[in-house]
Amino acid sequence: MADTIILEVARFSPERDSQIGYQTFEVPLRSDWMVLDALNYIKDNIDGSLTFRWSCRMGICGSCGMMVNGVPKLTCETLIAQFAPGPVRIEPLEHFPVVKDLVIDMDVFLEKLQKVRPWIVRKDDRLPAREFLQTPAQLEAFHQYSLCINCMLCYAACPVFGLDQDFVGPAALALAERYNLDSRDQGAPERTDVLSQHDGIWDCTVVGECSTVCPKGVDPSLAIQQYKLTATKEWFKTWLLPWGNK
Amino acid sequence: MPQYRQFQYKAYQPVMSPYWYFDRWPYLKFMLREMSSIFVGWFAVVILLQLNALVSGPTAYANFQHWMATPPVFIVNILSFVFICFHAITWFMLVPRVVARQVLQRPSPDVLSAAPNFGIWLVASVVVALFALRVI
Repeated sequence: MADTIILEVARFSPERDSQIGYQTFEVPLRSDWMVLDALNYIKDNIDGSLTFRWSCRMGICGSCGMMVNGVPKLTCETLIAQFAPGPVRIEPLEHFPVVKDLVIDMDVFLEKLQKVRPWIVRKDDRLPAREFLQTPAQLEAFHQYSLCINCMLCYAACPVFGLDQDFVGPAALALAERYNLDSRDQGAPERTDVLSQHDGIWDCTVVGECSTVCPKGVDPSLAIQQYKLTATKEWFKTWLLPWGNK
Repeated sequence: MPQYRQFQYKAYQPVMSPYWYFDRWPYLKFMLREMSSIFVGWFAVVILLQLNALVSGPTAYANFQHWMATPPVFIVNILSFVFICFHAITWFMLVPRVVARQVLQRPSPDVLSAAPNFGIWLVASVVVALFALRVI
């Protein structure tokens, strides 16, 4: 194995540039280094102006998502040695506005997330006297969707979001379904207005890459298709049953 | 987004290439899967033409068979067969992405969702082959 590897890192300065450019860095190639370690090596030893987000270094905070050789990855859990002999191209997550270098503007995602009300909604605002009880089966129904860390890799992998920025997108839809499937939640009818629109579930064409790239094993594609079935059943009920739309 | 503009940064807004599906194999596979519907439609038309020829008498059916054996139609049919296989395989492989995988209230492996479709396809193909070869 060579001692070093070349990184082609996307650079963008909002004051200076109108397009993204690439800068080449040679970094040590170590078998236990993640891509994030290599970026930190550049920042600490070569160019302190290189800008990127990171925090926990253990795949929990979801901050360090970037395109590594064209694929959305959490850089803190992507070994750099697998790309030897290189070069490795590091770019900001696709489909998002770029603030600087590898930092994206995540406002568009946060707005969508808020719209689907990803919290437990109760009809009754009073605090319950005791905690809500759940059976293991009720927990299992939504558990995998609750593992989402909002890293936005699924948005970077989704060409539908790239083509139509109004699409609610995989993570927000998966989190909406997570609360819809939660036995403690009563907010499904309120979420329907957002989810069951053309820009909601019906924009999804089942490319399936959102589920493939998810670092936590969440399956947003499954959540979206599950909700398509629910929405279809609800629609038929409103037409077939006299009390269906009540 | 904040309402003020004075100190707002000028973000780079990426533009998606019209040829985005050439960027990665999964995207190209998706586009080919969508495009394969054209060939599914073609085979549906062929079956309708075949049925029409069948009810129109032996001469019409012989003409239909002759037309099917012409090189352009033969090539289109071979191409259609390849794309229909691709269509079926890619959609069967997507079943775990679109169906909740629960066996005995536990998530099941992807293969358990996809395998029955391949099994039914294989059995149906064998039955059709036995008919075509006049074994049954």
